Amino acid sequence: MAIKKMLSGNEAVARGMWEAGVQVASAYPGTPSTEILENFALFPGVYAEWATNEKVAVDVAVGAAYAGKRALAAMKHVGLNVAADSFMYASMTGTEAGLVIVSADDPAMHSSQNEQDNRTFAKFARVPCLEPSDSQEAKDLTIAAFELSERFDTPVLLRLTTRICHSTSAVELGERPELPAETKPFPRNPAKYVMVPGNAIKRHPVIEERIRAIAAYAEDYPHNRLEMRGRALGIITSGVSYQYAREVFPEASILKLGMSWPLPEGLIRRFAASVERLIILEELDPFIEEGVKLMGIACEGKSIFPLTGEFDPSVVRQSAVRAGLLPASVIESAAPPDPGPLPARPPVLCPGCPHRPTFYVLNKLKVPVNGDIGCYTLGLIPPLSAIHTCGCMGAGIAVAHGAAQAGSPERHVAVIGDSTFFHTGVPALLNVVYNQAPVVTVILDNRITGMTGHQQNPGTGQTLLGKEAPVVELEPLVRACGVKHARTLSALDVDEIEKTLKEYIKLDEPSVLIVQEPCALLPEARKKWVPLEVLADKCNGCTLCFRIGCPAILKSEELDEKTQRPKALIDASLCTGCEVCAQICPRDAITFRPDSIFV
Amino acid sequence: MKEVINFLLCGVGGQGTVLASDVLVNVGLAAGLDAKQAEVHGMSQRGGSVTSHVRWGKQVYSPIVGLGEADILLAFEKLEALRNVRALRPGGLALINDQAIVPLTVTSGGQTYPADENILGAFHAVTERVHFVPGERLAEELGNLRVANVVLLGALSALLEADPALSGAALSAETWLKVIEERVPAKHVELNRRAFLAGREAVKVADM
Repeated sequence: MAIKKMLSGNEAVARGMWEAGVQVASAYPGTPSTEILENFALFPGVYAEWATNEKVAVDVAVGAAYAGKRALAAMKHVGLNVAADSFMYASMTGTEAGLVIVSADDPAMHSSQNEQDNRTFAKFARVPCLEPSDSQEAKDLTIAAFELSERFDTPVLLRLTTRICHSTSAVELGERPELPAETKPFPRNPAKYVMVPGNAIKRHPVIEERIRAIAAYAEDYPHNRLEMRGRALGIITSGVSYQYAREVFPEASILKLGMSWPLPEGLIRRFAASVERLIILEELDPFIEEGVKLMGIACEGKSIFPLTGEFDPSVVRQSAVRAGLLPASVIESAAPPDPGPLPARPPVLCPGCPHRPTFYVLNKLKVPVNGDIGCYTLGLIPPLSAIHTCGCMGAGIAVAHGAAQAGSPERHVAVIGDSTFFHTGVPALLNVVYNQAPVVTVILDNRITGMTGHQQNPGTGQTLLGKEAPVVELEPLVRACGVKHARTLSALDVDEIEKTLKEYIKLDEPSVLIVQEPCALLPEARKKWVPLEVLADKCNGCTLCFRIGCPAILKSEELDEKTQRPKALIDASLCTGCEVCAQICPRDAITFRPDSIFV
Repeated sequence: MKEVINFLLCGVGGQGTVLASDVLVNVGLAAGLDAKQAEVHGMSQRGGSVTSHVRWGKQVYSPIVGLGEADILLAFEKLEALRNVRALRPGGLALINDQAIVPLTVTSGGQTYPADENILGAFHAVTERVHFVPGERLAEELGNLRVANVVLLGALSALLEADPALSGAALSAETWLKVIEERVPAKHVELNRRAFLAGREAVKVADM
């Protein structure tokens, strides 16, 4: 009997890659996709890497697939925006071996700036889209994606969502196939692989014909599954929505599309004709629904189910009751009373986070701050409140530049993390230098890719496979970009950061401040944690230390006699001893570390 | 047994809800049931409110539990328990770690942390079955605050054992311990074993 193991969807994709004989994989970390590469990298003899960004990752996978090896690039949904250019040409050229692009979409935006539905990218690029419904299918469809890719000479989009990536269910394990030892000669086929207009114009009809051929193939595709039960209600669905369909509508017939693009028109027509009422159950966009309606088939979808956010069984059940698909009695009872407004608990910068002092100073200087994507976006949260724009990876520096060129009267600051700077910050900084705006860029270098859970990057000296790598130093890189005013400081040195930023915002030229200190959650940083203490006899409840927004600083029950305000109290179980509060306390009421450099 | 048993775990990012839900889903599998689990990673893990979902049954479809459909709410923090009170079905079981982690909106934002009687009152509107466990204190006594999550699992195991109509499967403490031991570093196995057993004792004492 095959071994069954509990795997997350991401672990299952990695397992599928192994069983499909994938040899090269590249990705940029991004929730909810990150664990795909982390898990694939654990298999013996494979090549897996963190690329500097998603576009690079897709180009790397394309190169490997041109060279005749099965290859995969993985990213979160917005990563495919970065990689769109490469995704589009890969569709035009096809490859020599299977090429799969994984897009991990994030309905409900658990950890993202939007909830775009990337199935549209498949249609846009004329490539097929596969959508698993659980971990077993995540593995099976990863393998199927490579077969499809090679059968039709096309990249395949494997579209996951958060509830697939980060859900765990049982998976049957298989084996890795024997792989040929030799590497094929690299193709010399410019008509197919050099997309100059003269060649590209001949390729366009080829890919249009290809997607028609895949649509015909989809009619009998085993992963498009017809489950006939009652005739009263028929549901077309894909991805995790299939699970909600089974849960909420046990009597309904279901057409489950493992391939949600291109649509199998004949199969859909036969299904539609065999049921009395046809609905489409899909999260986010009416993607299947619009396709079915274009066929001239009557169906309902977004008129019943929400367009935004993610589904769960109660969302689907309540929508179904409102639309008369189910009796009101399926909803157990009236919702329990709302507990009323409660103190919110947004994510916050951790105790000891080296980003905190920079935001404390920026808040004090009252300058406009253009942020970027990473843990440091949390500099937005009160009381730090020091991020004023944030759109996508790499945007902050160029947004600051644009605001400056528009004559915005204040000095604009951009903040960006080390990994994000390598991702898309470098071209934006070059643009600031070339086009000369007095933008102040702060690179928050915590020596790791933080928010996605500590991945290596070009600044860390290590690769995903654990090999030593050259450390790309930021200050020389920034100077090589042509920045004349650049300085590297400890990210925890409040006074020096304030002094330098005050100096830089007076300059009429571009400047870069690099603040450096390892993420407080890194193992080497954890070893140095020393909790600090508030000296209650010195603290007068001035509340200044509350303004750094540290979760380890609490209000004590003890009130100061004069001010009648609560004194500060440090939670020793949370405090790391970063000394930021001790540095700003005007009454020396917070202890420093025994090994302090700030006393 | 119910066809499917729904667990909702809630707490604050960093409290160990991810390990706890991983243990829980694998205990379901070890008991011969179909089981699924869902959680979120990324930004919400940075000290924010977090939830994860675990479901056991003969056949489990959805990996997540709908609002008002949780049979068991396992709360690692009191404010988060209250925030998720509506997740619990009427008459469901609430197991709450008697720990307050004060959010910044209270420390520097002037909001008020709810009083214990308000929390209990909100739960009593839904169910009488509310258990508080001093997970933090017991973990501290064992010398490592980070095992509070395993203390809670111990308490949960004892409550499930006392209510076979709910859990169905025959689940011995050893089944749980085996799953836990596979998931913690070798040097912490004994500590986690003691934490689990302390949690089991805690609900027995509380119920007497």
